Amino acid sequence: MKRFAALFNALDATTKTGEKTAALTQYFRTAPEADRVWTIALLSGRRPKRAVNATELRTWAAEAAGVPLWLFEESYNVAGDLAETIARLLPLPTHETDPSLDATIRALIALTGRHEAERRAFVSASWAALGPDERFLFNKLLTGGFRMGVSRGLMTRALAQATGVEEAVMAHRLMGDWDPARTRFADLTQEGGSEGAARPYPFALASPLEAAPESLGPATDWLAEWKWDGIRGQIIARSGAFAIWSRGEDLITDRFPEFAPLQDHLPPGTVLDGEIVAWGGTAPLPFADLQKRIGRKTVPKKLLAEAPGHFLAYDLLESDGIDLRDTPLAQRRVRLEALLAALPPGLPLSPSPVALGDWTALTSLRAGARDRMAEGLMLKRLSSPYHTGRKRGDWWKWKLDPFTVDAVMLYAQAGHGRRANLFTDFTFAVRDGNDLVPFTKAYSGLTDAEFAEITRWVGKHTLERFGPVRRVVPELVFEIGFEGIQASPRHKSGIALRFPRMLRWRQDKAVDEIDTLDGLRDLLRQVSGAADVPADEGRTGALPPDPQDI
Amino acid sequence: MSAELLSFTDRGIYCAEGGFYIDPWRPVDRALITHGHSDHARWGHGHYLSTKQALPVMRHRLGDIFAEGIAYGEPRQIGGVQVSFHPAGHVPGSAQIRVERGGEVWVVSGDYKVEDDGLSEAFVPVPCHTFITECTFGLPLFRWQPQAVIAQQLAAWWVANAAEGRSTILAAYGLGKAQRLMTLLPDAGPILTHGAVEETTRILRDQGYNLPPTIRVTAGVDAKSHPGALIIAPPSALGTPWARRFGPSAEAFASGWMALRGIRRRRGLDTGFVISDHADWPGLNTAIRATGAERVFVTHGYTTPFRRWLEEQGYDAGIVQTEFGGDEADTDTEAEPDSAAESEAVVESKLL
Repeated sequence: MKRFAALFNALDATTKTGEKTAALTQYFRTAPEADRVWTIALLSGRRPKRAVNATELRTWAAEAAGVPLWLFEESYNVAGDLAETIARLLPLPTHETDPSLDATIRALIALTGRHEAERRAFVSASWAALGPDERFLFNKLLTGGFRMGVSRGLMTRALAQATGVEEAVMAHRLMGDWDPARTRFADLTQEGGSEGAARPYPFALASPLEAAPESLGPATDWLAEWKWDGIRGQIIARSGAFAIWSRGEDLITDRFPEFAPLQDHLPPGTVLDGEIVAWGGTAPLPFADLQKRIGRKTVPKKLLAEAPGHFLAYDLLESDGIDLRDTPLAQRRVRLEALLAALPPGLPLSPSPVALGDWTALTSLRAGARDRMAEGLMLKRLSSPYHTGRKRGDWWKWKLDPFTVDAVMLYAQAGHGRRANLFTDFTFAVRDGNDLVPFTKAYSGLTDAEFAEITRWVGKHTLERFGPVRRVVPELVFEIGFEGIQASPRHKSGIALRFPRMLRWRQDKAVDEIDTLDGLRDLLRQVSGAADVPADEGRTGALPPDPQDI
Repeated sequence: MSAELLSFTDRGIYCAEGGFYIDPWRPVDRALITHGHSDHARWGHGHYLSTKQALPVMRHRLGDIFAEGIAYGEPRQIGGVQVSFHPAGHVPGSAQIRVERGGEVWVVSGDYKVEDDGLSEAFVPVPCHTFITECTFGLPLFRWQPQAVIAQQLAAWWVANAAEGRSTILAAYGLGKAQRLMTLLPDAGPILTHGAVEETTRILRDQGYNLPPTIRVTAGVDAKSHPGALIIAPPSALGTPWARRFGPSAEAFASGWMALRGIRRRRGLDTGFVISDHADWPGLNTAIRATGAERVFVTHGYTTPFRRWLEEQGYDAGIVQTEFGGDEADTDTEAEPDSAAESEAVVESKLL
């Protein structure tokens, strides 16, 4: 653990990407091989299952530290990190040992399902024998929330440098659901961890378009498609394997049984990139409907009928077993449409509609995105390959401006991690007659300096405390941006927002100038009205259709 | 008027029988000041009384004030009460203030730390019936390592930076922390100071505090003229054009708040050194016990949980609302919001 802790400290002690990469590269060259595999797993989100739940951990830690549980909780609210709180509160270790990362994680895995006394004994003994840094990391492994300030891309680059394998190839080898407990470093980096037949490709990602689209050059170089609000996914149909992967590399094949028939119809050696949406017959249903499906391992029949999954295909990454990612998009798209056109009707799969046109036509097309249940347009360069990860320049997301509402802050709560000790999580209200009705929370969108100023303000304007939550004088007005709105019987306001965030702190506005609940209800009526309008089914039509046709 | 010896008003802690306030935050006729930090020694009072050691910096910061210095331990009758000042160990010249009337004793701690830093007059527990204590770091999260350990870390960091051809910029508050750090460190190269730091350093040195030689950063003082230098500057100078004159450099902040990883990361700093002029959790508990007080009032810091903790330990505990810096969530100040002075100093030095 000391070696792993040294890596963690080196990564934590610098904000410079170059130094982080160098530290990781060095580690991947010199650490014990089994430890390297676990490090790759941790940095790519493959965490071992939690052997201990947070409540147990808090209780054990408070007792070991000799503080009452309430004081432990107060400390946690300030530190904003459970692993750190425990590490700081425990008495200094009585003696120090240095088990390897591999041994530690295997021991933790072995604890799963054991009796509480046995799990507690192991955790307490580890606490007593680990130094402060190792103890913090041990707690991180226990709590499962493992972030080291290292992106997956950076980790892949370091691994590529350490092994001499090309970065994109390495990214591909790390995809899929390989088990770090049973994967050797050499196999993982030379052949790939997961079984080749089901392994997805690294997803290509887009950057937000901030400038005017004209800055991208002639519109004739670009393909436009709807930016759907669903689950980005890949369908793998190879001989001996059928798999559906989410962008987060979760295997979701079993969660969408309606896609099972595709394995009988897609030609072997086919990989599609697309969006899984809940389908209303002619257009996607709101994301909330799809949300009911997420996280369910088995799907009740009723839900299957209410929110059937549909795959809107964007791209063809592999055909006849041949990797097409270096083929220009224009050709991939033609082949995609040809492949899907040859399938029998009635399958939950269709090409996501595309459009070509001048920037004026595309701009007006984008303006109507919400009526089509889309968030805006994607712009993809027709000559571009399918990149590994986010490569700026060929893929842009050109989203609609968000809806906005001016609201007043009612409650404030301190954030976690990097935002510990700073009030960053706010609950907002709009006016309803003489009342203020809370309707959303938001956490992001302000600068650190603004959060610090608001934190000072909260300290002086607290009316009531409920644990970590402060009720404050309803005085600060914010412009809240959001992507969608829907009815929600679970909320007092009767509405729920999609992706709410703070666009601006309206220091120029007073609380009597905020928006009303009636205003939000009007918006809800307009928006749901739009969704009820039957839209044309995404037509497969040959490329290029004209914009109105999309 | 309350029959209590000290009462809590919207101007500060008040002694009716003596007709004075302690560290008031609004202008009053007569103010007893625990130490020179700007949230305790404010402008606009009619008459100031502080330790002799605290006075020069206060005069420098507050300008033309009507003030008097008193020796540590020297009893002084004011109205119907007797007051005296006792070392608080917070910064040079800092004091706890003892107030006695007919055998009843109250002590106002001001800011304090228990560890002897070798520069400030070391903290002395003062027996009392009622103790008004700060609790800036009043949670068990905060446990300081001995300063010798931090001194070693700091020295190793400085030496490593110098070996790699980088300047070392250390951010610290201008009164107290900055001077504590320069006395802690071994002579491993020149120490350069930002104007705001140099002013207080010069005043303290003139008073007789044993401080190493420092060089004020002016035009022409940079990484070329002083390779391998340690630069001590107020926190607000980090990341400014002022700091860029030192070329490739490593920056760190020395503060008790650096104990929390989230805060360190939020500041975007490579390194933070956990060293504070306030008492940590064990320090607060030790200090309170040593007074023998049965009644404790807690002020600026984690007051709510700290009071509850003291009650569970059997104390009669209360909270005093004050307007000193270092509100529990306002983590940029370590109860020493010299930010106004600092930003002025930064502006000044940019013009150099």
